[in-house]
Amino acid sequence: MTGEITTQPATALLVLGCPQVPVQTSIALYLINRLKKAGSVPTVAGNKAANTLLVVADPDRHYLGEVMDLDRVVVQITEKKRDFDRCFVFIHNDAGITYAGTMSAISKAKVYAIIYGEHYEDLQKQIDFPCTTIAAKAVHNPLPLKKALDEVTPWAA
Amino acid sequence: MGCVESMNYEIVLRDATFKESRDYIKKTYAEFRDVLPGFKVFDTHVIGLPPIAIGLEGDFVIFPFTKPCHGTFLLRVEDKEEAARLRALKK
Repeated sequence: MTGEITTQPATALLVLGCPQVPVQTSIALYLINRLKKAGSVPTVAGNKAANTLLVVADPDRHYLGEVMDLDRVVVQITEKKRDFDRCFVFIHNDAGITYAGTMSAISKAKVYAIIYGEHYEDLQKQIDFPCTTIAAKAVHNPLPLKKALDEVTPWAA
Repeated sequence: MGCVESMNYEIVLRDATFKESRDYIKKTYAEFRDVLPGFKVFDTHVIGLPPIAIGLEGDFVIFPFTKPCHGTFLLRVEDKEEAARLRALKK
C-alpha cells in the first residue's frame, strides 16, 4: 500500500448519427484521438452502419475503444447502469437533435452538440436544451468542422 | 429497440420532425400523457425532446419512435394493458 490516490480517467461517449454525411466518420476518429491523448476513455455508440464504418477504418483499434449499439447505451444510461463525463452527439438531421435532447435529459454528462451538413444553421436554431454547440457547414470536407472543434477544445474541458 | 420492429404497428406519421410529431399527438388525440426521455413504453425506452407526448385512443397507444437514419415515426399499437397502465399515469 503506497497510500496513493488513484483517479479514474474521464469518460466520453460519442453518439453517432446516420453515416450518410461523410464527415462524421473522419471527425469521430479525430475526436477519439484528441480525447485519448488528453487522457479520456472514449466509447462510441451508433447504429450498425455508423459503427461498422469506424471499425473497418481502424482494424487494429489504434483509435477505437469500446463500440456499442446506440439503443443499448440509451437503456444503460436510463437504467442508471452507466454514465459518462462528456457526451458528443453528432447531428445532421432532426433525429440527431432528438438524440441530443434525450442525452441531455437522461445523462449527467456535459453534452456537446456537433452540428454539420447542409442545414447546420437550421438545426442549430432547434437546440433548446443545455449543451455546448460546435457547428460548421461540412459535408464532404471535414476541415471546417475540425476547425470548429479545435476552437472549443472539448477534450481539454 | 428490436421489439418495436416485431410489433404489429401502424405508422400514423412519418417524415416529420420530433416536434411536429408531438404537436400531432396533442392535436389529434383527446387523451395523452407527457413523459420524459427514457420512459418505458412497451419494452422500449422512448427517445425524444422532453416532454414526450404519448397518445391514447381506446386500447391503442400512439408513441414516437426515432431512428438515426429515418427520423421520427409515430406508431399506433393496440395493447389494452399498456393503454391502461399509461392512462393511470398522472396527467
